[in-house]
Amino acid sequence: MITTLRLSSLRFLRLAIAGLLAACALAAHAQLSIEITGAGATRFPVAIPIFESESALPRGITDVVRADLERSGLFSLVDIGPVALPESVVPDLAGYRSRGADAILTGSVVPLSDGRFEVRFRLFDTQKQVELGAQALRMAPQQNRATAHRIADFVYEKLTGQPGYFSTRIAYVVKSGPRYELQIADADGANAQAALVSREPIISPAWSPDGQRLAYVSFEAKKPVVYIHTLVTGQRQVVANFKGSNSAPAWSPDGRQLAVVLTKDGLSQLYLINADGSGVRRTATSAGIDTEPAFSPDGQWIYFTSDRGGSPQIYRIPVSGGTAQRVTFEGSYNVTPRPAPDGRTLAFITRQEGGFRVAVLDLASRQTMILTDSARDESPSFAPNGRMILYASESGGRGVLAAVSADGRVRQRLSIEAADVREPAWGPLPRR
Amino acid sequence: MKKLLLPALLAAMLAACGTTGTTDQTGASVEDRGGAGVTTVTTPAVSGTGLSALTDPNNILSKRSVFFDFDQFVIKPEFRPLIEAHARFLVQNPQLKILIQGNTDERGSREYNLALGQKRADAVRQALTLLGAAESQIESVSLGEEKPRSTDRTEEGFAQNRRSDILYTGEY
Repeated sequence: MITTLRLSSLRFLRLAIAGLLAACALAAHAQLSIEITGAGATRFPVAIPIFESESALPRGITDVVRADLERSGLFSLVDIGPVALPESVVPDLAGYRSRGADAILTGSVVPLSDGRFEVRFRLFDTQKQVELGAQALRMAPQQNRATAHRIADFVYEKLTGQPGYFSTRIAYVVKSGPRYELQIADADGANAQAALVSREPIISPAWSPDGQRLAYVSFEAKKPVVYIHTLVTGQRQVVANFKGSNSAPAWSPDGRQLAVVLTKDGLSQLYLINADGSGVRRTATSAGIDTEPAFSPDGQWIYFTSDRGGSPQIYRIPVSGGTAQRVTFEGSYNVTPRPAPDGRTLAFITRQEGGFRVAVLDLASRQTMILTDSARDESPSFAPNGRMILYASESGGRGVLAAVSADGRVRQRLSIEAADVREPAWGPLPRR
Repeated sequence: MKKLLLPALLAAMLAACGTTGTTDQTGASVEDRGGAGVTTVTTPAVSGTGLSALTDPNNILSKRSVFFDFDQFVIKPEFRPLIEAHARFLVQNPQLKILIQGNTDERGSREYNLALGQKRADAVRQALTLLGAAESQIESVSLGEEKPRSTDRTEEGFAQNRRSDILYTGEY
């Protein structure tokens, strides 16, 4: 459970509210709780006074914005007390600068005649004493979290120059006893919902580029079969169920085809297949195991794991066919290649001193950086802005999710009490 | 060390959760995002009945597991009688089909382990076909590290999980 002793009164209030909400949410699934275990060396100090008239909403916005930004590890919150600053008034920027805030976000909640609300907000740079931008969003009363994530994305992008990821979703598998659930949650762990419940394992979820569908491997037929699952409707389609094993689905960037691993012709080998299950064709041939394909963001290459050279290493091959090139050379176990959204780096799992760790390879300089020091890390997955890497780890003998920034500084742990969590996949940015 | 507990919200709120295009001061709606709702699907239970001839504990055919050494995919001599008995049974009963499920211990990548488990299943399949069983009677698949028989993280526990299991029609 939560230790409240060292929490500020503000955070205590937030936790109390969270607890009440959790108690109300009878149908809700077990909650992913997020623990920040490391932050950036220099965090940007920002003041976020409570939004004016926020109490008109059934549930607040300001605390969700604050939590998003604080959890990113890139920002520190400057406490300026419980006073609301209306969005319509330029605050005393020099005054907030002297209190340590380099930026300040002001906001107001305005009720509309149709029962909805307009949330207006402005961001100021206290050093340059300029407004960085303003927006207004209209929301139904219960859309407080979605609205707050949009506001946090706005602040993040204005202050870091990169898109935020607070409005994204994550997929992961929860195992509790004999029950497996493929769950979808907001990036902050809220709103967890089961997309699939099964008595058999589910592995390797992969988001379609449009964020509407998941490909995954389910063992419900007592063998691995690849499915595509449309989240809104729950409609499922078998994409690959050939004789033998079918696994490791990876979407092409245009969403039209998947790379999969099939054993229909012998060893585990790479194939391409259309997203409707038609047109299967082999894309690489080796005398060993080829698995864990992932497309480069430009759609030109498939990175994959192969033991053709004796030990499992990462290779890449042109999607159009051709000769495989070896990518990793250090160590005897390098698996699960996952290219960053900008295509410049590759996250993967490397075995070092008997432990499996998350590493990042700079594809131009060939420099490898090991990001974690845990024993059993698996399944790295980049945030859509490339800043964070979500992965599966272990804590206290249970599977947990963890996230580490691409520079290794920011660390978080996401866990569910009394359940194993594994196989995370970070979804794409929502289309706007 | 900080801990933030962020609550799961009501299903009604989930349906309404959404985002939309950026706006300026005119005020754009926070609309439902197309993919925000999630419909839960439950997979059906697989009902299976064993063949009684294959479950008699005094019959070698009731033995269904072939164990492998660490990082190995060759069938050890002690499992030859088991393999031979099943091959004979398949030859005598050409209408029967089997599923061979290969397994690994939990160390390492799930998908790579799935591929390693396939090699263990294929080893048993090849041994059975060499002894006369038809390819069409046999499907070899892998469960990788997903269905461990032992959850002990000891050498004995890992050894229990490095195996192939033979299932006959009706058992899967």
